[in-house]
Amino acid sequence: MKKVKVATVWLDGCSGCHMSLLDMDAAIISLAQKIELVYGPLVDAQEFPEDVDVTLVEGAVSSQDDLNKLKKIRQRTRLLISLGDCAVTGNVPAMRNSIPVQKLLHQVYVEGVQANKIIPTDGVPALLKQARPLREFVKVDMCLPGCPPPAKAISSVIAELLDGKKREGTLAVKFG
Amino acid sequence: MPQKKLSVRIDGELISAVEGQTILQAARANGKRIPTLCDLEGLTPVGACRLCIVEISGTDRLFPACTTPVQDGMSVTTVSPKLTQYRRVSLELLFVERNHVCSACVSNGHCELQAMATEMGISTVRFAYNYPKLAVDLSHPRYVLDQNRCILCTRCVRVCAELEGAHVWEVTSRGIHSRIVGDLNQKWGDAKGCTSCGKCVQACPTGALAEKGWAVEEMVKKNDNISSLVRRRGVQA
Repeated sequence: MKKVKVATVWLDGCSGCHMSLLDMDAAIISLAQKIELVYGPLVDAQEFPEDVDVTLVEGAVSSQDDLNKLKKIRQRTRLLISLGDCAVTGNVPAMRNSIPVQKLLHQVYVEGVQANKIIPTDGVPALLKQARPLREFVKVDMCLPGCPPPAKAISSVIAELLDGKKREGTLAVKFG
Repeated sequence: MPQKKLSVRIDGELISAVEGQTILQAARANGKRIPTLCDLEGLTPVGACRLCIVEISGTDRLFPACTTPVQDGMSVTTVSPKLTQYRRVSLELLFVERNHVCSACVSNGHCELQAMATEMGISTVRFAYNYPKLAVDLSHPRYVLDQNRCILCTRCVRVCAELEGAHVWEVTSRGIHSRIVGDLNQKWGDAKGCTSCGKCVQACPTGALAEKGWAVEEMVKKNDNISSLVRRRGVQA
């Protein structure tokens, strides 16, 4: 059987959703026989491949770099899943949204430190005005909220997608 | 004088109600559940959250069950695709209006707004988030008011006025600018009318009003205490 190509992406999040993905215990072994992990923080690939079946995206869209990545991912993915509250609602990264970016950077990198009072510009992507959920930029096929989404919820969603059968009641959707 | 008995249909089932009862009260008395957020047993209903909307045959309008009195011969529908749609929209609008960051909230896991979203299977909202800049009032020695988490249900306003008799809480401004304020827009700590009884905190369905000293997920509200206090005092809402 041809393996389903799965990618995971880490935008503005804490990697907790990826931790939860790894936390599915023995289920990950049977899952690994059916999927091929083609891109993400857990594998080495440098470039997001063409023709991915399912991409799980963790984190909000916070920078121009996040947005560029997301647009490319959308073009190259059949099914895009918002993984976790940051991707679904903005969550913690969006708590900065009422503060203007320059004021925010000044507070953190100038007022907030003892030495090296410099706002970094080299090698870091420019922040967008606000951190916002994926759905506000691209079409999202499915949302899996939670902070993080429980491992069982992630594994059951992937299992559902693999065998095409909807499992009613297996997935308790909860923000936070 | 004995109260007049009325016959009404709720979801096709014939039930008997008492004159003066609301649709919500009649439904509950007959074991039927209608989703609510702003309602709290013992407090005067206000119809703020719009989750309890029902269909009444003979009219296209939707009515809040908590403020609409039953009438003889009325036929009420409490579950339909149309109602589900409107209830979902109401709930989604509550989520986008302010900053409901469940993961960083004292009431995470014990929140009526969050639980209602889970019950309705809401995994995302269809509207753009508002992300307003809102104040957190930490001036009271024991309690916190976080406007980010307020859904303007006005349970605090009502419990303070009707049960404690202190009339500290009010709603100022209109529409999206509406805010809960204490003692004519004083800081809570400066509100001389406040008796620090904490009824507003226990009545609040979210983490908007909370006790100080709790971390994420630790604030469990005891709003049953409010309702039982009302019953024991025999106060008629």
